[in-house]
Formats: sequence, C-alpha cells, structure tokens
Amino acid sequence: MKDATAVVGIGQTALGKGLADSELALACQAISAAIDDAGLSPAEVDGLSMFSMEEGREVEIARNLGLGDITFFSEVGYGGGAGCGVVGQAAMAVASGQCRVAVAWRARKRAAKTSRPWAQVSRHITGHWQWSRPFGVVRPVDEIAMLTRRYMHEFGATREHLANVALAFRKHANRNPLATMQDKPLTREQYMEARWISEPLCLYDNCLETDGALAVVITSAARARDLAQPPVYVHAFAQSIPQQHQVMTNYFCADPLLGPSHACARLLWARADVTPEDVRVAQIYDAFSPLVPLSLEGYGFCARGEGAAFTENGALEWPNGRLPTNTSGGGMSEAYVHGFNLVLEGVRQCRGTSTSQVESAEHCLVTSGEGVPTSAILFRR
Amino acid sequence: MESGLLLPDLDDEVAAPFWAGTARGELLVQACGACATWRMPPRPMCPRCRSLEHLWVPTDGRGTIWSYVVPHPPLLPAYAELAPYNAIVVALDEEPTIRFVGNLVSEAYGPIHEVDPSTIVIGEPVRVVFAQVDDVTLPRWVRA
Ligand SMILES: [Zn+2]
Repeated sequence: MKDATAVVGIGQTALGKGLADSELALACQAISAAIDDAGLSPAEVDGLSMFSMEEGREVEIARNLGLGDITFFSEVGYGGGAGCGVVGQAAMAVASGQCRVAVAWRARKRAAKTSRPWAQVSRHITGHWQWSRPFGVVRPVDEIAMLTRRYMHEFGATREHLANVALAFRKHANRNPLATMQDKPLTREQYMEARWISEPLCLYDNCLETDGALAVVITSAARARDLAQPPVYVHAFAQSIPQQHQVMTNYFCADPLLGPSHACARLLWARADVTPEDVRVAQIYDAFSPLVPLSLEGYGFCARGEGAAFTENGALEWPNGRLPTNTSGGGMSEAYVHGFNLVLEGVRQCRGTSTSQVESAEHCLVTSGEGVPTSAILFRR
Repeated sequence: MESGLLLPDLDDEVAAPFWAGTARGELLVQACGACATWRMPPRPMCPRCRSLEHLWVPTDGRGTIWSYVVPHPPLLPAYAELAPYNAIVVALDEEPTIRFVGNLVSEAYGPIHEVDPSTIVIGEPVRVVFAQVDDVTLPRWVRA
C-alpha cells in the first residue's frame, strides 16, 4: 500500500469554544470543505472512515452531504488513538479497491455528552476502570500523570523538559492565525507558576478543549495526480495494541513506560523507505506534554529514556530545531480535536503550506494517542 | 449519607471475589488454575496458557510505591472536596508486576489528603489496610 493512495483534500470548521452547530453539522461542513478542496463532487465519495466516538453516524453524513452509494465504511475506537487509524483505514480501502474516494474526519464538541467521559461516569464502575477510579484517578490527566511521575523517576525527566514541549507548540500556534492560542504567548515563568491539574502536570501540560471538525479526502495515487491539490501520499501506515496494554491506566504490564508507540513504530518504519533520521518534521499527539517525549522514544528519534533530553536546545521548534514538531500548535495550543488537526498539519507540511513550513520536508510523521491503542502515518510529498 | 465516590459494581462477575475478599480484610490476586500465574486486573482467561480455570489467592499485602499523583480540581464533587489528595500505584513485593492503584493514608480510615504529598517517595514500603466506603471495602495503604 506504500504510496498507493494520497490525501487530496483537507477541510475544517472554525476551531474554538462554544460553537453553535451540532457535531453532525460540524462534521458535514468539514467534509464538504475537504471535498471542495480536492475538486471532487460529493457523489464521487464512496468510502467513510470515522472515530467510533462520532455522534453523527455514517448514514447521516451520507444523507446530509448527498454522497453516492457507500461501498466501504469503518470505525476506529479509543478516542485519540484513532486519528491516523481512520485515515489509514480509508487509504487501505482505496488501495484494496473497496472504494475509490474515501473521507475520514473528526468532529467534537467539548460540551457534548461523549466529550468528557470522566465527568459523567456512572457511580458504579465496571471493567478495568474499577481498579483506578475509586481511588481518585478519575480523569485522563490523572492517568497520564501517574505514568509521568514514574517516567521522571526512571529517566530523570523534569518539568523543564515538559515546558520545552509546551513552549515550542505555543510558539508555533502564535504563528498560526487559526490557532486558539495565536495571540497568547507563553513564557517559561508562566509555565512554572501555573496551577496544578494533577501533579506533576500543570495547566500548560494539558491540551485545549475545542469545538470543531476536520476532514480529509483520500483517493488513489493515479487519480490524485489529476486533482486540484498536490498529492500527499500515504507512504506508510501502522496501528498497534501492544501486548498486555490497558487503555490509559497502563500500569499493570511488565514495562508500562514502553507505550503503544513502540510497537506501532516498528511496523511503520518497516513499511517505509526512510528512517527517523530522514524525517525533518513531525506532528506528535499531545493531549498531555509527557506523551511527546514518550512518543519521540517510541518512534525512534532517540533512544529509550532520552525523549526528555531530546526536547532541549529548541529541538522541537521551527525553524532551526532538529525536529520541528506540532507546527500548527498541536493539541496544546492550536486545537484539541482528538489529534485530527495533526493529520491536516501533516498534509500541509507536505503541500508546503504550513504557517511554520519546514522547507526540507519530504515527509511528515503524524502520530495518534500514546497511552491508548494507537496509529501513525508517514506522509510523503 | 453516601460518599459520592466512584465505586465498583459488586455484581461484576469477574471482580466480585476480589471485593468479597477486601470485605473480609484480604487482598486477593487472581491466579491461573492451570499454570498458577498471577494476573491483575482479573479476567476470564489466562494469557499465558489460555485456561479458564482460576482461583483467588491471598497476598501478604506488602509492596512499594511505584508512582503517585496529586489531583487538583476540576474534579467530581466528592473528589474535589478532598483535593489535593494523593493516589498511588503499589507494586506487590511478592510479584512486582502485580500492581494496585490506591491511596496512601496514615491509618485505615484516615482521609486521603492527610499525608503530605511532598513526603511521598517512589520505592517506599507500604502495607495494605482496609476501609469501608458505602457498601464497598477499599484497599488502602499505610507506610510499612
Ligand atoms: Zn495459565
């Protein structure tokens, strides 16, 4: 499937708080914009690939947008782990001939029922959550903070390292007119003095809460060459549920800090013509800042335990860092739409249209959630 | 008055024996009935030998702190009242890959925000105690 398909259209709604439209209406607008960007018509769309958590279902998407006969539809679970998954599964469906033009998307409202599951959890807990929630490990931030403290203990990561992540992404957002934090600079002093959310994580270690939707259109490489936009090829794609992984509260396996990115990366690089050393720009899932050093290790940009040190000396910052990362501001400073904005920024880097464009970017790595069953895509220009 | 805490459903068939154990003052671990491997969290099948046979074995309730967090609001009301409090992960001495999430307290019924978080150290030894909350008995941990 290497380079057999390409992203040919991207679209999004406004990204912000308190948008009036429903998740379904947002999804329809983003998909509509992506179809227009590709220069295709809705009747040509015959594949749908979406997050299991989507409120708007496939039939509603198809009926609203006036799509043609849908011959492929699938869903990927686990929230933030699904972003590259839905894009990759759309690409697989096109590559295998199950459909010709597929769309993948994510629409989300922070106030929606499905958006803050920890805030409406039932008082009686079943399944694996009963081993953590009764003790006050209730929110995703608490679950990741537990792994973060252990990571700091085992490998010497510090809050300075987490600040490197938050500040780099904020600088990129400051250059992006569509970013929520475009006009809000962040200093190291502000970071260090911020209120705690779940120690050792403070306010600025957390992603934003955003309403909005984003979508991509995927078709075959052959078709892509005749369309409106420069094709961005799906060079490699991988998903992973590592052995004995437990979603978010991954405290029970032999080596909990060996996260899902490690297994995903093995498959991804095995399917690619390049190595991490060849990649000059990345979009790394950042619901919480510590996921970035963990993913840098997992995807092979440095050795195990060296992810925190990798962030030193502006390594994540445009334009001169070793690996400018989350060049639109990412989940922490552009918008948090379950990581789907990272997919679109990966496409823009390969088109050459990012507001923090890395000139030498032949490829862009995009990753989805660390801490959950995950996925990753290597795009090629 | 009910605590407002998030508590396990005691009818959950996989986990019910664990909570029956805590009610008796025992910290149990599920063990494979065929190959004797311990597993946590409990589940129907042994991932090592695929046996569906299992038993619940008592542990000595001793371990070390593997990691900890200190949550602050915004939180559900019952937890916000106690915040900032600690939550810890304990690795059992008998089998360190068997871990439990819990709280470090000064005594079984001590509040979960009583221990000064700045004194908590990864690796420090703890032992289990039990406290009833509503209809559930939760395992908690005190310094050993
Ligand atoms: Zn067995």
